[in-house]
Amino acid sequence: MARMKFICDAERCIECNGCVTACKNEHEVPWGVNRRRVVTLNDGVPGEKSISVACMHCSDAPCMAVCPVNCFYKTDEGVVLHDKDICIGCGYCSYACPFGAPQFPSQGTFGVRGKMDKCTFCAGGPETNGSQAEFEKYGRNRLAEGKLPACAEMCSTKALLAGDGDVVADIFRSRVVKRNKGAEVWGWGTAYGSKQAGQAPAKVEGVKK
Amino acid sequence: MMKRMSLIVLSVAALTACGEKAQTLGTKNDATAHSGAENAFVASGWTAGDKNSWEQHLRARAQYGQNDNTRAP
Repeated sequence: MARMKFICDAERCIECNGCVTACKNEHEVPWGVNRRRVVTLNDGVPGEKSISVACMHCSDAPCMAVCPVNCFYKTDEGVVLHDKDICIGCGYCSYACPFGAPQFPSQGTFGVRGKMDKCTFCAGGPETNGSQAEFEKYGRNRLAEGKLPACAEMCSTKALLAGDGDVVADIFRSRVVKRNKGAEVWGWGTAYGSKQAGQAPAKVEGVKK
Repeated sequence: MMKRMSLIVLSVAALTACGEKAQTLGTKNDATAHSGAENAFVASGWTAGDKNSWEQHLRARAQYGQNDNTRAP
């Protein structure tokens, strides 16, 4: 079974924001709401790295766990979606999400927080697939049209990959191998500095063996 | 006359409350993605309702559209 996933190749992302623009255009996302954004680390410093971030459609989604009205659901393809007819705009999901994916439009009276909006992996919502009602609430349903998310399909350097997790992992793995790298390029150990497969043991100064 | 008008206005205001949608807890059943979309933008090359065909189509699309290593000489 297909399990939809995103991955952003930081070695390729050039911070062009094409993904952000593609998303906003495809779904006619209102002003002030960004379902996707590009985050740059060490901006302006040589060797800066950028990644495109949106809802990662977690396997064990914390937003789903904290929602007091149970408005979230997961499709057969592992896409985390929500029902705006049920959402009360409380913002719990926003606090729970590690990626800052949930967005809240603030065009209501007295700046009231509206119903949550987030990346749908271009899979729409509970309304009829491809209907006007679905488009107005959630944007276009590209998955039901046999297409992949617009952000990934629009990415000029193909840094942002989307699709079945197996396919995406295969593409990324082939790139890693072409770069003469191995298991050390990602994972917990690389991110947090602990030892993992493919890495040399960490040198600790002042300790004699 | 004034009394009648105000009664009509009040009745209309009261009836609008009846038009609100019912709020029920729990998520709706969403149609599967492979069942296709009701618009003119559906990509060709797969059969709506056939899950296997949809999956194969998306796999091919992901490989062709995103794996440039297989296309570069």
